[in-house]
Amino acid sequence: MKYVKYKMIKKIPPDSDNWSELYNKQLINNFMNEQQNMEDRLWDYIDGMAGVEEKSAIEKLIETNLEWQRTYRELLQAHQLINSTELESPSMRFTKNVMEEIAKYQVAPATSSYINKKIIWGVAAFFIVMILGFLIYSFGQLNWANNSSSNIVSPNLEKLNWGKVLNNSYTNIFVMINVVLGLMLLDMYLTRKKKLLKGTSD
Amino acid sequence: MHGEMTDTEIISRVLKGEQQLFAALVERYQNYVFTLVLRFTEIREDAEELSQDIFVKAYRSLADFRGESKFSTWLYTIVRTSCITFLRKKKLETTSIDNEKTFLQLENRESGFKANQVEIKSRQAMVNEAIALLNPDDAQIITLFYKAEQSLGEIGNIIGAEPNTVKVKLHRARQRLKEKMEKHFSHEVREIQND
Repeated sequence: MKYVKYKMIKKIPPDSDNWSELYNKQLINNFMNEQQNMEDRLWDYIDGMAGVEEKSAIEKLIETNLEWQRTYRELLQAHQLINSTELESPSMRFTKNVMEEIAKYQVAPATSSYINKKIIWGVAAFFIVMILGFLIYSFGQLNWANNSSSNIVSPNLEKLNWGKVLNNSYTNIFVMINVVLGLMLLDMYLTRKKKLLKGTSD
Repeated sequence: MHGEMTDTEIISRVLKGEQQLFAALVERYQNYVFTLVLRFTEIREDAEELSQDIFVKAYRSLADFRGESKFSTWLYTIVRTSCITFLRKKKLETTSIDNEKTFLQLENRESGFKANQVEIKSRQAMVNEAIALLNPDDAQIITLFYKAEQSLGEIGNIIGAEPNTVKVKLHRARQRLKEKMEKHFSHEVREIQND
Protein backbone atom coordinates (compact mmCIF):
# COMPACT_ATOMS: atom_id res chain seq x y z
CA MET A 1 0.00 0.00 0.00
CA LYS A 2 2.80 2.34 0.99
CA TYR A 3 4.67 1.42 -2.21
CA VAL A 4 1.65 2.33 -4.35
CA LYS A 5 1.43 5.74 -2.66
CA TYR A 6 5.14 6.26 -3.20
CA LYS A 7 4.73 5.38 -6.89
CA MET A 8 1.87 7.87 -7.21
CA ILE A 9 3.87 10.61 -5.58
CA LYS A 10 6.91 9.82 -7.72
CA LYS A 11 4.89 10.35 -10.90
CA ILE A 12 4.19 13.99 -10.02
CA PRO A 13 7.05 16.37 -10.70
CA PRO A 14 7.99 18.34 -7.59
CA ASP A 15 6.66 21.71 -8.78
CA SER A 16 3.80 23.23 -6.85
CA ASP A 17 1.55 23.89 -9.91
CA ASN A 18 0.96 20.19 -10.51
CA TRP A 19 0.12 19.66 -6.89
CA SER A 20 -2.52 22.35 -6.97
CA GLU A 21 -3.87 21.02 -10.28
CA LEU A 22 -4.17 17.55 -8.78
CA TYR A 23 -5.81 18.96 -5.69
CA ASN A 24 -8.30 20.92 -7.83
CA LYS A 25 -9.09 17.83 -9.89
CA GLN A 26 -9.69 15.88 -6.72
CA LEU A 27 -11.95 18.65 -5.42
CA ILE A 28 -13.91 18.71 -8.70
CA ASN A 29 -14.27 14.91 -8.62
CA ASN A 30 -15.50 14.99 -5.05
CA PHE A 31 -17.97 17.73 -5.88
CA MET A 32 -19.28 15.83 -8.93
CA ASN A 33 -19.70 12.65 -6.89
CA GLU A 34 -21.52 14.53 -4.15
CA GLN A 35 -23.76 16.23 -6.71
CA GLN A 36 -24.56 12.88 -8.36
CA ASN A 37 -25.27 11.27 -5.02
CA MET A 38 -27.54 14.16 -4.05
CA GLU A 39 -29.48 13.97 -7.32
CA ASP A 40 -29.86 10.18 -7.07
CA ARG A 41 -31.23 10.47 -3.54
CA LEU A 42 -33.55 13.31 -4.55
CA TRP A 43 -34.89 11.37 -7.56
CA ASP A 44 -35.64 8.43 -5.26
CA TYR A 45 -37.45 10.82 -2.92
CA ILE A 46 -39.46 12.40 -5.76
CA ASP A 47 -40.36 8.97 -7.22
CA GLY A 48 -41.53 7.84 -3.77
CA MET A 49 -38.91 5.10 -3.64
CA ALA A 50 -37.05 6.32 -0.57
CA GLY A 51 -37.54 4.43 2.69
CA VAL A 52 -39.11 6.08 5.76
CA GLU A 53 -35.75 6.99 7.37
CA GLU A 54 -34.24 8.18 4.10
CA LYS A 55 -37.37 10.22 3.39
CA SER A 56 -37.19 12.12 6.67
CA ALA A 57 -33.43 12.64 6.28
CA ILE A 58 -33.95 14.13 2.81
CA GLU A 59 -36.80 16.32 4.02
CA LYS A 60 -34.51 17.66 6.74
CA LEU A 61 -31.75 18.34 4.20
CA ILE A 62 -34.17 20.17 1.90
CA GLU A 63 -35.30 22.33 4.80
CA THR A 64 -31.85 23.20 6.09
CA ASN A 65 -29.48 23.06 3.13
CA LEU A 66 -29.83 25.68 0.37
CA GLU A 67 -28.01 23.55 -2.23
CA TRP A 68 -30.35 20.62 -1.59
CA GLN A 69 -33.34 22.95 -1.71
CA ARG A 70 -32.28 24.41 -5.08
CA THR A 71 -31.57 20.99 -6.64
CA TYR A 72 -34.83 19.58 -5.28
CA ARG A 73 -36.82 22.41 -6.90
CA GLU A 74 -35.00 21.89 -10.17
CA LEU A 75 -35.59 18.14 -10.25
CA LEU A 76 -39.19 18.49 -9.15
CA GLN A 77 -39.82 20.92 -12.01
CA ALA A 78 -38.28 18.47 -14.49
CA HIS A 79 -40.40 15.67 -13.00
CA GLN A 80 -43.60 17.70 -13.30
CA LEU A 81 -42.73 18.74 -16.85
CA ILE A 82 -42.16 15.15 -17.97
CA ASN A 83 -45.40 14.15 -16.27
CA SER A 84 -47.30 16.87 -18.08
CA THR A 85 -46.49 15.51 -21.55
CA GLU A 86 -49.31 13.91 -23.46
CA LEU A 87 -49.33 10.69 -25.40
CA GLU A 88 -49.13 10.81 -29.18
CA SER A 89 -52.11 9.47 -31.13
CA PRO A 90 -52.07 7.53 -34.38
CA SER A 91 -54.51 8.27 -37.21
CA MET A 92 -58.28 7.83 -36.73
CA ARG A 93 -58.28 4.75 -38.95
CA PHE A 94 -55.67 2.96 -36.85
CA THR A 95 -57.93 0.44 -35.05
CA LYS A 96 -59.81 -0.27 -38.27
CA ASN A 97 -56.53 -0.93 -40.13
CA VAL A 98 -55.32 -3.29 -37.41
CA MET A 99 -58.62 -5.20 -37.37
CA GLU A 100 -58.61 -5.52 -41.15
CA GLU A 101 -55.08 -6.92 -41.00
CA ILE A 102 -55.92 -9.26 -38.15
CA ALA A 103 -58.89 -10.70 -40.06
CA LYS A 104 -56.36 -12.41 -42.36
CA TYR A 105 -54.76 -14.32 -39.50
CA GLN A 106 -55.55 -16.72 -36.72
CA VAL A 107 -54.06 -16.85 -33.24
CA ALA A 108 -51.00 -19.12 -33.45
CA PRO A 109 -50.87 -22.06 -31.01
CA ALA A 110 -48.99 -21.32 -27.77
CA THR A 111 -45.26 -21.97 -27.97
CA SER A 112 -45.49 -24.30 -24.97
CA SER A 113 -47.81 -26.59 -26.95
CA TYR A 114 -45.23 -27.38 -29.60
CA ILE A 115 -42.06 -27.15 -27.53
CA ASN A 116 -42.51 -30.38 -25.63
CA LYS A 117 -40.76 -30.64 -22.29
CA LYS A 118 -40.24 -34.36 -22.93
CA ILE A 119 -37.93 -33.49 -25.82
CA ILE A 120 -35.89 -31.14 -23.63
CA TRP A 121 -35.62 -33.82 -20.92
CA GLY A 122 -34.72 -36.39 -23.60
CA VAL A 123 -31.85 -34.22 -24.85
CA ALA A 124 -30.67 -33.66 -21.29
CA ALA A 125 -30.81 -37.41 -20.55
CA PHE A 126 -28.84 -38.11 -23.73
CA PHE A 127 -25.97 -35.87 -22.65
CA ILE A 128 -26.06 -36.94 -19.00
CA VAL A 129 -25.83 -40.62 -20.00
CA MET A 130 -22.94 -39.79 -22.34
CA ILE A 131 -20.98 -37.84 -19.73
CA LEU A 132 -21.67 -40.37 -16.94
CA GLY A 133 -20.64 -43.26 -19.19
CA PHE A 134 -17.33 -41.63 -20.01
CA LEU A 135 -16.68 -40.75 -16.39
CA ILE A 136 -17.46 -44.24 -15.08
CA TYR A 137 -15.35 -45.84 -17.73
CA SER A 138 -12.42 -43.44 -17.16
CA PHE A 139 -12.44 -44.10 -13.42
CA GLY A 140 -12.57 -47.81 -14.13
CA GLN A 141 -9.34 -47.50 -16.11
CA LEU A 142 -7.40 -45.88 -13.26
CA ASN A 143 -4.99 -47.86 -11.16
CA TRP A 144 -6.02 -46.86 -7.65
CA ALA A 145 -3.36 -49.01 -5.95
CA ASN A 146 -0.50 -46.81 -7.17
CA ASN A 147 0.49 -43.45 -5.67
CA SER A 148 -0.59 -44.59 -2.22
CA SER A 149 1.92 -42.22 -0.62
CA SER A 150 0.13 -39.17 -1.98
CA ASN A 151 -3.56 -38.28 -1.98
CA ILE A 152 -3.44 -36.98 -5.52
CA VAL A 153 -4.47 -39.40 -8.25
CA SER A 154 -2.29 -39.03 -11.31
CA PRO A 155 -3.29 -41.51 -14.03
CA ASN A 156 -0.79 -42.25 -16.72
CA LEU A 157 -2.77 -41.44 -19.84
CA GLU A 158 0.10 -42.39 -22.11
CA LYS A 159 -0.17 -45.98 -20.99
CA LEU A 160 -3.94 -46.10 -21.64
CA ASN A 161 -4.76 -48.76 -24.19
CA TRP A 162 -7.14 -46.97 -26.56
CA GLY A 163 -7.62 -50.06 -28.69
CA LYS A 164 -8.88 -51.90 -25.62
CA VAL A 165 -11.19 -49.00 -24.80
CA LEU A 166 -12.80 -48.94 -28.22
CA ASN A 167 -13.16 -52.71 -28.51
CA ASN A 168 -14.63 -53.09 -25.05
CA SER A 169 -18.15 -54.52 -25.00
CA TYR A 170 -19.22 -51.96 -22.35
CA THR A 171 -18.21 -49.18 -24.70
CA ASN A 172 -20.17 -50.76 -27.50
CA ILE A 173 -23.28 -51.08 -25.32
CA PHE A 174 -22.89 -47.46 -24.21
CA VAL A 175 -22.55 -46.25 -27.81
CA MET A 176 -25.58 -48.31 -28.84
CA ILE A 177 -27.69 -46.76 -26.05
CA ASN A 178 -26.69 -43.31 -27.24
CA VAL A 179 -27.45 -44.11 -30.86
CA VAL A 180 -30.91 -45.47 -29.91
CA LEU A 181 -31.59 -42.38 -27.75
CA GLY A 182 -30.47 -40.13 -30.61
CA LEU A 183 -32.70 -41.92 -33.12
CA MET A 184 -35.66 -41.71 -30.72
CA LEU A 185 -35.18 -37.96 -30.39
CA LEU A 186 -34.93 -37.53 -34.16
CA ASP A 187 -38.09 -39.58 -34.65
CA MET A 188 -39.98 -37.53 -32.04
CA TYR A 189 -38.84 -34.30 -33.73
CA LEU A 190 -39.79 -35.41 -37.24
CA THR A 191 -43.22 -36.75 -36.16
CA ARG A 192 -44.00 -33.48 -34.41
CA LYS A 193 -42.90 -31.45 -37.42
CA LYS A 194 -45.05 -33.59 -39.72
CA LYS A 195 -48.08 -33.10 -37.46
CA LEU A 196 -47.56 -29.33 -37.39
CA LEU A 197 -47.24 -29.14 -41.16
CA LYS A 198 -50.43 -31.21 -41.53
CA GLY A 199 -52.21 -28.91 -39.05
CA THR A 200 -51.31 -25.70 -40.88
CA SER A 201 -52.23 -27.07 -44.31
CA ASP A 202 -55.75 -28.10 -43.10
CA MET B 1 -69.07 -1.24 -24.36
CA HIS B 2 -65.86 -3.10 -23.54
CA GLY B 3 -64.72 -0.38 -21.17
CA GLU B 4 -65.32 -2.35 -17.99
CA MET B 5 -63.77 -5.58 -19.19
CA THR B 6 -60.28 -6.34 -17.93
CA ASP B 7 -57.47 -7.16 -20.34
CA THR B 8 -57.44 -10.79 -19.22
CA GLU B 9 -61.18 -11.16 -19.82
CA ILE B 10 -60.87 -9.72 -23.30
CA ILE B 11 -57.90 -11.97 -24.10
CA SER B 12 -59.65 -15.16 -22.96
CA ARG B 13 -62.71 -14.28 -25.08
CA VAL B 14 -60.53 -13.45 -28.11
CA LEU B 15 -58.79 -16.80 -27.68
CA LYS B 16 -62.19 -18.48 -27.67
CA GLY B 17 -62.88 -16.99 -31.10
CA GLU B 18 -64.34 -13.52 -30.51
CA GLN B 19 -61.78 -11.87 -32.76
CA GLN B 20 -63.58 -8.51 -32.90
CA LEU B 21 -63.02 -8.00 -29.17
CA PHE B 22 -59.34 -7.45 -29.89
CA ALA B 23 -60.33 -3.97 -31.10
CA ALA B 24 -60.93 -3.04 -27.45
CA LEU B 25 -57.30 -3.83 -26.62
CA VAL B 26 -56.11 -1.89 -29.67
CA GLU B 27 -58.13 1.14 -28.62
CA ARG B 28 -56.91 0.86 -25.04
CA TYR B 29 -53.22 0.68 -25.87
CA GLN B 30 -52.79 2.33 -29.27
CA ASN B 31 -51.60 5.68 -27.89
CA TYR B 32 -49.06 4.07 -25.57
CA VAL B 33 -47.71 1.81 -28.29
CA PHE B 34 -47.66 4.60 -30.87
CA THR B 35 -45.82 6.99 -28.50
CA LEU B 36 -43.23 4.37 -27.60
CA VAL B 37 -42.68 3.47 -31.25
CA LEU B 38 -42.42 7.12 -32.24
CA ARG B 39 -39.53 7.51 -29.79
CA PHE B 40 -37.65 5.03 -31.95
CA THR B 41 -38.75 5.79 -35.48
CA GLU B 42 -39.12 9.61 -35.24
CA ILE B 43 -41.30 9.56 -38.37
CA ARG B 44 -45.05 9.31 -37.80
CA GLU B 45 -45.77 7.21 -40.90
CA ASP B 46 -43.13 4.66 -39.90
CA ALA B 47 -44.43 4.67 -36.34
CA GLU B 48 -47.99 4.03 -37.49
CA GLU B 49 -46.98 1.15 -39.73
CA LEU B 50 -44.78 -0.41 -37.07
CA SER B 51 -47.45 0.00 -34.38
CA GLN B 52 -49.91 -1.77 -36.64
CA ASP B 53 -47.45 -4.65 -37.13
CA ILE B 54 -46.95 -4.83 -33.36
CA PHE B 55 -50.69 -5.29 -32.72
CA VAL B 56 -50.87 -7.95 -35.42
CA LYS B 57 -47.89 -9.74 -33.83
CA ALA B 58 -49.51 -9.45 -30.40
CA TYR B 59 -52.74 -10.92 -31.76
CA ARG B 60 -50.99 -13.82 -33.46
CA SER B 61 -49.03 -14.73 -30.33
CA LEU B 62 -51.85 -14.00 -27.89
CA ALA B 63 -51.93 -17.67 -26.85
CA ASP B 64 -48.43 -17.16 -25.46
CA PHE B 65 -49.63 -14.54 -22.98
CA ARG B 66 -49.87 -16.52 -19.75
CA GLY B 67 -51.02 -13.68 -17.50
CA GLU B 68 -47.85 -13.82 -15.40
CA SER B 69 -47.33 -10.10 -16.03
CA LYS B 70 -49.65 -7.25 -17.01
CA PHE B 71 -50.82 -7.40 -20.64
CA SER B 72 -49.27 -3.95 -21.14
CA THR B 73 -45.84 -5.19 -19.97
CA TRP B 74 -46.09 -8.14 -22.37
CA LEU B 75 -47.18 -5.84 -25.20
CA TYR B 76 -44.33 -3.38 -24.57
CA THR B 77 -41.85 -6.27 -24.78
CA ILE B 78 -43.12 -6.84 -28.32
CA VAL B 79 -42.86 -3.08 -28.93
CA ARG B 80 -39.24 -3.06 -27.85
CA THR B 81 -38.13 -6.10 -29.87
CA SER B 82 -39.97 -4.82 -32.96
CA CYS B 83 -38.41 -1.36 -32.61
CA ILE B 84 -34.92 -2.83 -32.23
CA THR B 85 -35.45 -4.91 -35.39
CA PHE B 86 -36.74 -1.80 -37.18
CA LEU B 87 -33.68 0.22 -36.14
CA ARG B 88 -31.34 -2.60 -37.18
CA LYS B 89 -32.95 -2.72 -40.63
CA LYS B 90 -32.86 1.05 -40.89
CA LYS B 91 -29.18 1.09 -39.92
CA LEU B 92 -28.41 -1.44 -42.64
CA GLU B 93 -30.21 0.74 -45.15
CA THR B 94 -28.52 3.95 -44.08
CA THR B 95 -25.01 2.49 -44.09
CA SER B 96 -25.44 1.85 -47.79
CA ILE B 97 -26.17 5.57 -48.31
CA ASP B 98 -23.32 7.99 -48.64
CA ASN B 99 -22.05 9.01 -45.21
CA GLU B 100 -22.04 12.67 -46.15
CA LYS B 101 -25.72 12.50 -46.97
CA THR B 102 -26.45 10.96 -43.58
CA PHE B 103 -24.45 13.69 -41.89
CA LEU B 104 -26.39 16.36 -43.80
CA GLN B 105 -29.67 14.78 -42.75
CA LEU B 106 -28.59 14.96 -39.12
CA GLU B 107 -27.48 18.56 -39.53
CA ASN B 108 -30.79 19.48 -41.15
CA ARG B 109 -32.59 17.88 -38.24
CA GLU B 110 -30.64 20.04 -35.80
CA SER B 111 -31.20 23.25 -37.76
CA GLY B 112 -34.85 22.42 -38.37
CA PHE B 113 -35.15 21.84 -34.70
CA LYS B 114 -33.66 25.27 -33.91
CA ALA B 115 -36.15 26.87 -36.31
CA ASN B 116 -38.94 25.00 -34.59
CA GLN B 117 -38.03 26.57 -31.28
CA VAL B 118 -39.82 29.77 -32.28
CA GLU B 119 -43.02 27.86 -32.93
CA ILE B 120 -43.04 25.98 -29.68
CA LYS B 121 -45.96 27.26 -27.73
CA SER B 122 -46.54 24.88 -24.90
CA ARG B 123 -44.35 23.34 -22.27
CA GLN B 124 -45.55 19.88 -23.20
CA ALA B 125 -44.39 20.41 -26.75
CA MET B 126 -41.02 21.54 -25.44
CA VAL B 127 -40.62 18.39 -23.32
CA ASN B 128 -41.75 16.21 -26.23
CA GLU B 129 -39.19 17.89 -28.50
CA ALA B 130 -36.49 17.42 -25.87
CA ILE B 131 -37.44 13.73 -25.48
CA ALA B 132 -37.20 13.35 -29.25
CA LEU B 133 -33.61 14.56 -29.03
CA LEU B 134 -32.66 11.79 -26.61
CA ASN B 135 -31.39 8.43 -27.77
CA PRO B 136 -34.25 5.92 -28.26
CA ASP B 137 -33.37 3.90 -25.15
CA ASP B 138 -33.48 6.93 -22.86
CA ALA B 139 -36.68 8.18 -24.50
CA GLN B 140 -38.34 4.80 -24.13
CA ILE B 141 -37.42 4.37 -20.46
CA ILE B 142 -38.79 7.82 -19.65
CA THR B 143 -42.01 7.11 -21.59
CA LEU B 144 -42.45 3.69 -19.97
CA PHE B 145 -41.98 5.11 -16.48
CA TYR B 146 -43.98 8.32 -16.79
CA LYS B 147 -46.60 7.60 -19.40
CA ALA B 148 -47.04 3.84 -19.60
CA GLU B 149 -47.21 3.50 -15.81
CA GLN B 150 -44.68 0.69 -15.63
CA SER B 151 -42.75 0.01 -12.43
CA LEU B 152 -38.96 -0.39 -12.39
CA GLY B 153 -39.41 -4.17 -12.20
CA GLU B 154 -41.79 -4.18 -15.15
CA ILE B 155 -39.47 -1.99 -17.21
CA GLY B 156 -36.74 -4.45 -16.27
CA ASN B 157 -38.83 -7.28 -17.75
CA ILE B 158 -39.37 -5.28 -20.93
CA ILE B 159 -35.77 -4.30 -21.53
CA GLY B 160 -34.22 -7.38 -19.93
CA ALA B 161 -32.44 -5.71 -17.02
CA GLU B 162 -32.46 -5.76 -13.21
CA PRO B 163 -34.66 -3.13 -11.47
CA ASN B 164 -31.55 -1.46 -10.02
CA THR B 165 -30.04 -1.12 -13.49
CA VAL B 166 -33.33 0.36 -14.71
CA LYS B 167 -33.23 2.84 -11.83
CA VAL B 168 -29.74 4.00 -12.80
CA LYS B 169 -30.73 4.17 -16.48
CA LEU B 170 -33.82 6.20 -15.59
CA HIS B 171 -31.78 8.64 -13.48
CA ARG B 172 -29.29 9.08 -16.31
CA ALA B 173 -32.05 9.48 -18.91
CA ARG B 174 -33.71 12.21 -16.85
CA GLN B 175 -30.35 13.90 -16.35
CA ARG B 176 -29.74 13.92 -20.10
CA LEU B 177 -33.28 15.20 -20.71
CA LYS B 178 -32.65 18.02 -18.27
CA GLU B 179 -29.43 18.88 -20.09
CA LYS B 180 -31.20 18.87 -23.49
CA MET B 181 -33.90 21.17 -22.16
CA GLU B 182 -31.35 23.55 -20.68
CA LYS B 183 -29.30 23.52 -23.90
CA HIS B 184 -32.07 23.87 -26.48
CA PHE B 185 -34.82 25.56 -24.51
CA SER B 186 -32.86 27.70 -22.07
CA HIS B 187 -35.31 30.58 -22.50
CA GLU B 188 -38.40 28.46 -21.76
CA VAL B 189 -36.66 26.69 -18.87
CA ARG B 190 -35.74 30.06 -17.33
CA GLU B 191 -39.36 31.20 -17.71
CA ILE B 192 -40.58 28.05 -15.95
CA GLN B 193 -38.05 28.54 -13.14
CA ASN B 194 -39.22 32.12 -12.65
CA ASP B 195 -42.89 31.09 -12.42
